[in-house]
Amino acid sequence: MGGFWHYLFNHPGEEVWSWTKTTLWLGALPVVIGLLIALPIGWLAHRYRWTYPPIVSVAGIIYTIPSLVLFLVLPGILGTGILDPVNVAVALTIYTVALLVRVVSDGLSAVSPETMAAATAMGFSGWQRLVKVQLPLAVPVIGAGLRVAAVSNVSLISVASVVGVTQLGQLFKDSLLQVTLARQVDPAVLGILLFFVIAFAFDLVILLAIRLLTPWQRAVRS
Amino acid sequence: MIRFENVGKAYEDGTLAVDDLSLEAPSGQITVFVGPSGCGKTTSLRMINRMIDPTHGRIWLDDRDTASINPSQLRRGIGYVIQHAGLFPHRTVLDNVATVPMLLGTDRRTARANALELLERVGLPATFAKRYPAQLSGGQQQRVGVARALAADPPVMLMDEPFSAVDPVVREQLQNEFLRLQSELGKTIAFVTHDIDEAIKLGDKVAVMRVGGKLAQFAAPAELLSRPADAFVAGFVGRDRGYRALGFAAAGSLPLSDEAAVTLGQTLRAARDVAQDGWALVVDADAKPQGWLALGGLADSALEGTVTPDLLNLGGTLATEAGTLREALDAALSSPSGRGVVVRDDGRFAGTITAAQVLGRIESRAADIRADTVQAANLGGQA
Ligand SMILES: Nc1ncnc2c1ncn2[C@@H]1O[C@H](COP(=O)(O)OP(=O)(O)OP(=O)(O)O)[C@@H](O)[C@H]1O
Ligand SMILES: [Mg+2]
Repeated sequence: MGGFWHYLFNHPGEEVWSWTKTTLWLGALPVVIGLLIALPIGWLAHRYRWTYPPIVSVAGIIYTIPSLVLFLVLPGILGTGILDPVNVAVALTIYTVALLVRVVSDGLSAVSPETMAAATAMGFSGWQRLVKVQLPLAVPVIGAGLRVAAVSNVSLISVASVVGVTQLGQLFKDSLLQVTLARQVDPAVLGILLFFVIAFAFDLVILLAIRLLTPWQRAVRS
Repeated sequence: MIRFENVGKAYEDGTLAVDDLSLEAPSGQITVFVGPSGCGKTTSLRMINRMIDPTHGRIWLDDRDTASINPSQLRRGIGYVIQHAGLFPHRTVLDNVATVPMLLGTDRRTARANALELLERVGLPATFAKRYPAQLSGGQQQRVGVARALAADPPVMLMDEPFSAVDPVVREQLQNEFLRLQSELGKTIAFVTHDIDEAIKLGDKVAVMRVGGKLAQFAAPAELLSRPADAFVAGFVGRDRGYRALGFAAAGSLPLSDEAAVTLGQTLRAARDVAQDGWALVVDADAKPQGWLALGGLADSALEGTVTPDLLNLGGTLATEAGTLREALDAALSSPSGRGVVVRDDGRFAGTITAAQVLGRIESRAADIRADTVQAANLGGQA
């Protein structure tokens, strides 16, 4: 473990801290934006059933594109530099959308027709019904999908260091070099630790948000 | 008043759910739509608040064509109780009840305060206010459903099988409370059920529908029982029609017999002195009947002590003077002494009556009705 601390001290804390910050926003922003984009598309697939099969198929295909390919292709499409972290953010947003579209659609469809009929009968307008009844009731399903997306995004971020975007994945690259040179694995341990903490933190934040938004679920279980 | 004017609904797949329906549900009364599964009851109901738009005809609320009213506005003015209550699972009981007033712009505080009063009105304790629907029993959820429909005090209420998902005992209880509530509120109610007994019990008017969405008969319950329009209605109304029709026949002034009753706490000897055929009627200090005491064949030695509640036979039902012939006949048939107990409106003992006497009354009433029918038929024939 001595080498572990040695590494941390030899790399100025600021460097690891700035990588951590990059990792944090690369993890958070795509989830938020991805959710905002997936909501209307998922609603579309729910509302007009004939759009569901094509939308879900396309989303499924997108999700299977290897992340490395996306990281390398996007600069060409976006006109960004190959090392620009924006590429990573966009790629992760695309994955998040691909994952959440189906989840949002299924979550909205899972709300019981009786509840929806009651909302209509009470005089909710279509929009009010969506925002005040259907979405709140879909939170558990959408939230579960969001947790998967957030955690899998964090693990995808590390891959980005291969194409040279500097964030915590850098630690694995450093380790890779050192393993061959000096059998030094401590940077990788630090990297795994930090990625784990970040993934865990995201998961926790989303879990807390779900709990705050669904007090009725706890009441039922107790 | 809700008026259907040649209303029809053909779904896109060609199903004719409702076919040329014309009827008028009177203001302040309960109109029940009844019929077998798939006959278009729910469709008819949902066309009133435009959850479904008719493909033919018009529906009027008083003098307004519903097609000319904005659907959301229309619905906020019409209470709706759905099968299985359909409460919002993510809202507390209180907020469920406050839904429509809040949609109408009432501030949260006032809406909740009113909701709390309504909970009490439908027989739920205030402690339920903070619960979520999943924490209530089916019957309790139905009550909340009724409270929610009443919250904005709409003149018109639509109820789709509101009591069908609860057990018979709770159903009976909910029905009775519903009738009590309606006698206070006087709403114009359209009520859907597939249960003919419920229709007859609750309806001021009953619309019997047959599969294909056709109206088979629209009449008051008594008429439905005594004069079904065709074989379908007769079959649907079912067995015991003649007996059940007595439930709508006012008993009128029955030839009551006086009966000397004993009061709880009097001696058994006193009871034996007033007993007829071995049975004495026991009343409490307020002259309210408590039950029958069997004294037949008891030796003097067994008559020590006083009349206590645990000695009583509680088998007999009570009929009220203002009640129906069905009640009176049942009181006589269920009484262990063979003498049916009739009470005044305030519950005090009025007199007894035998089954033979009630039957005599039923017979003479039926004869009157037959005579009227013959006369009407003759007049019709002459015209
Ligand atoms: N959206 C729809 N599309 C096509 N057909 C429909 C639709 N909704 C109902 N139907 C059909 O219309 C007919 C009447 O349905 P409705 O729900 O009004 O019956 P109901 O009398 O309420 O039956 P139940 O007692 O089973 O509730 C049925 O044959 C039903 O299959
Ligand atoms: Mg129905």
